[in-house]
Amino acid sequence: MVSKAKQLVRGGIGALALLPWLHAAAAEPAARPESWNLLNMPKGVTSVSQNVYDIHMIVTWICVWIGVAVFGVMFYSMFAHRKSRGHQPANFHESTKVELAWTIIPALILIVMAFPATTSLKHLYDASEADLDVKITGYQWKWKYDYLGKDVSFISELATSQASIYGTAPKTEFYLEEVTEPLVIPVGKKVRLLMTGADVIHSWWVPDLAVKRDAIPGFVNETWARVDKPGIYRGRCAELCGKDHAFMPIVVNAVPEEEFNAWLAKKQSETIALRALTEKTFTQDELMAKGEAVYGRTCASCHGAVGEGIPGVFPALKDSKIALGPVADNLSVVVNGKSGTAMQAFGAQLSEVDLAAVITYQRNAWGNKSEDNIVQPVDVFKLKKGQ
Amino acid sequence: MAHGPAKGIGRWLRATNHKDIGTMYLWFSFAMFLLGGFFAMVIRAELFEPGMQIVKPEFFNQMTTMHGLIMVFGAIMPVFVGLANWMIPMMIGAPDMALPRLNNLSFWILPFGFTLLAATLFMPGGGPSFGWTFYAPLSTTYAPPSVNFFIFGVHIIGASSVMGSINIIATILNLRAPGMTLMKMPLFVWTWLITAFLLIAVMPVLAGLVTMMLMDINFGTSFFDAAGGGDPVLFQHVFWFFGHPEVYIIIIPAFGVISAIIPTFSRKPLFGYSSMVYATAAIAFLSFIVWAHHMFTVGMPLAGELYFMYATMLIAVPTGVKVFNWVTTMFRGAITYETPMLFAIAFVILFTIGGFTGLMLAIAPADIQYHDSYFVVAHFHYVMVAGALFSSTAAVYYWIPKWTGRMYNETMGKVHFWVSFVAFNVTFFPQHFLGLAGMPRRYADYSLQFTDWNMVSSIGAFVYGASQLLFLYNMIATIVAGRKISDPKVWEGAEGLEWTVPTPAPYHTFSTPPAIR
Repeated sequence: MVSKAKQLVRGGIGALALLPWLHAAAAEPAARPESWNLLNMPKGVTSVSQNVYDIHMIVTWICVWIGVAVFGVMFYSMFAHRKSRGHQPANFHESTKVELAWTIIPALILIVMAFPATTSLKHLYDASEADLDVKITGYQWKWKYDYLGKDVSFISELATSQASIYGTAPKTEFYLEEVTEPLVIPVGKKVRLLMTGADVIHSWWVPDLAVKRDAIPGFVNETWARVDKPGIYRGRCAELCGKDHAFMPIVVNAVPEEEFNAWLAKKQSETIALRALTEKTFTQDELMAKGEAVYGRTCASCHGAVGEGIPGVFPALKDSKIALGPVADNLSVVVNGKSGTAMQAFGAQLSEVDLAAVITYQRNAWGNKSEDNIVQPVDVFKLKKGQ
Repeated sequence: MAHGPAKGIGRWLRATNHKDIGTMYLWFSFAMFLLGGFFAMVIRAELFEPGMQIVKPEFFNQMTTMHGLIMVFGAIMPVFVGLANWMIPMMIGAPDMALPRLNNLSFWILPFGFTLLAATLFMPGGGPSFGWTFYAPLSTTYAPPSVNFFIFGVHIIGASSVMGSINIIATILNLRAPGMTLMKMPLFVWTWLITAFLLIAVMPVLAGLVTMMLMDINFGTSFFDAAGGGDPVLFQHVFWFFGHPEVYIIIIPAFGVISAIIPTFSRKPLFGYSSMVYATAAIAFLSFIVWAHHMFTVGMPLAGELYFMYATMLIAVPTGVKVFNWVTTMFRGAITYETPMLFAIAFVILFTIGGFTGLMLAIAPADIQYHDSYFVVAHFHYVMVAGALFSSTAAVYYWIPKWTGRMYNETMGKVHFWVSFVAFNVTFFPQHFLGLAGMPRRYADYSLQFTDWNMVSSIGAFVYGASQLLFLYNMIATIVAGRKISDPKVWEGAEGLEWTVPTPAPYHTFSTPPAIR
């Protein structure tokens, strides 16, 4: 008996010990203060988003009022026509007039709704006469932005650390909403957004811009946004695109035009500097250091942090035939991808320097010892050029 | 002529009796409901707070996918087939289903189909992780190797549905008692007749779709690969040509159940019987011409977008007619609130809310914001859970006294109802907020502003899940030791042929056709 009681007490204490944990779980992630108040669609910062918000509210209120009327009658009957109150059932079971009325009236309400919806959709579809074209490519699991005709392009990917995701580091204010480099656009200019996918279908969604358009491999979709207010607007991938679907956020930085021009000029000079680097010969250590960073950002999500892969889905790179085999094959797989598999063509995503670095890295890391152990940017350049 | 059931396991393996097969369908679907529910609990536990705590993202995706597949194909579709098996012959005065051996086959291939599907979770690379809508190329080029098992599982499940539908159509069209004209049939029979035609029309489309996937994956075709001249969007068009009728396949028999229960407990005939039939037929017809409203963000031309928006909005008209008819049936009745009635009323309220959000989703420009967000998740759970699931729960409470000759525990039934009703809304109503605030569906992890409502939703889900165990207990207790009853009518206000046979319903009913007034 005593031991049983002890057990019960221990169990009780154990359960109590969970309470602070539960409390901590509720308090720790530093929920933003407005969290409980996030109940509705944002009005956003474009004419389209305003439009969409207005229609959303109109339709919501129409539904609410219809609901009040229908449920009102229903609740009245539920209360007044109870058997326990001695209500005797009537026996009517049809009325052509009434039935006709509640077919025609809803149809008329729908027609009323259809007008603003049509106007707004036409506005949303009019991507003509844009001031700037940005091509957005969805990759597993990041975005690439190409400023068409401006010689600027870059990859934008999640900046939140794995440690933060898996709970070994604290979660900061913009957990899963921060990227390595945001899309920068000028305020007050019509920006045409051309969407495509490199592997599977993604969907580029920024609620404040009311832009959501699928990025489909092999096709180019167009939509547009003219942001009225400078600011940082955050969005996400909205189409299931594989394991890291939740980990490819979007950040848009809308800035005044002068600031945008300055930013663009700076990016252009970076592009030129990077080209110059392609001609440079790097040491193995330089390449390894750079390659490790690129690997962690670009390759580790599939091939594992130490090249172990995911059995049955993504091959290991440690002791792999390709990483230990001839350098030309290794280069070709990384640059061109492997058709019919999840291995993408990284030639268009990474610079020559990054490609050389990461290939060098995976040929030398984790105990891999291949004979040709260094790849220089110029080798990558030659391969790309030769094709 | 009359003889009892066979003894032992053979009774079930070689079953040809519609009641036995109906029972097996019901138990099978409940088992699948628990399995799919367990997957949902994993999902909600992971989403309880931001960060990855319990599972890895790739496994999370398998959970969302399997939850959807198991619930749609394993729980909701078979439960209505089970109800059809039990009730249609008894409602139309037929001795059994028209094709008893086909009936046996269509049930017994199901466990194999679902074993194949569930087994993928243990295969290298894991189970299907591409969502229950399995869009290509995520489900083809980028799929885990187990996708082939998924494809054959879908084939088997589809074949079962088609066979079941043929049987239901043959039964309804050929075995009605003399005098049971089409426009005298109970609405449950009507809704199933229409549903069965929908199934026969679209299940082959699904079979074709997964076969195209199989070819793309294994035999070098490029139906869905733009690099080979194919089109990933073609996949979505074909899928939703199946998928939209499919969601009506799930909900239309539910309309039939509700149209049986509300008049019984209102003690008043169903209002607008013929308009109910026409509305159901209209909904079924419209279901074939609105599919691309699931694809408003794929970049269709403006004209296509406008057409699908208008056509979809039209569905609100016949659906509204049905809701108005149910409310008017209750109006000036003499209402009592037994458990089946509570579930039926909850159905009308919550299904209508799901209908409202459905109308909102039909508005294409607004759908740009709603699409693929938690708003959609909330919408279809209002229709699928509060719609299909609540109605099938109501149906079991309503008919189990007839099936077993025993009454369920009313207090426990009411507790089950109230806990389910509250927990359901706690789970799914906040998901509207999450979606509007910008949280996409199928997310294994989320940013911090979504924390509070996700937590609320998870707590609701755990309570909802637990309350279903109470239902299981109540049903087993009823079957084993419920209070015996023998009144053929069971419910004071019940009308229809099924209430004219003794309680419990004998193994063979209507060996001679009843007289229909």
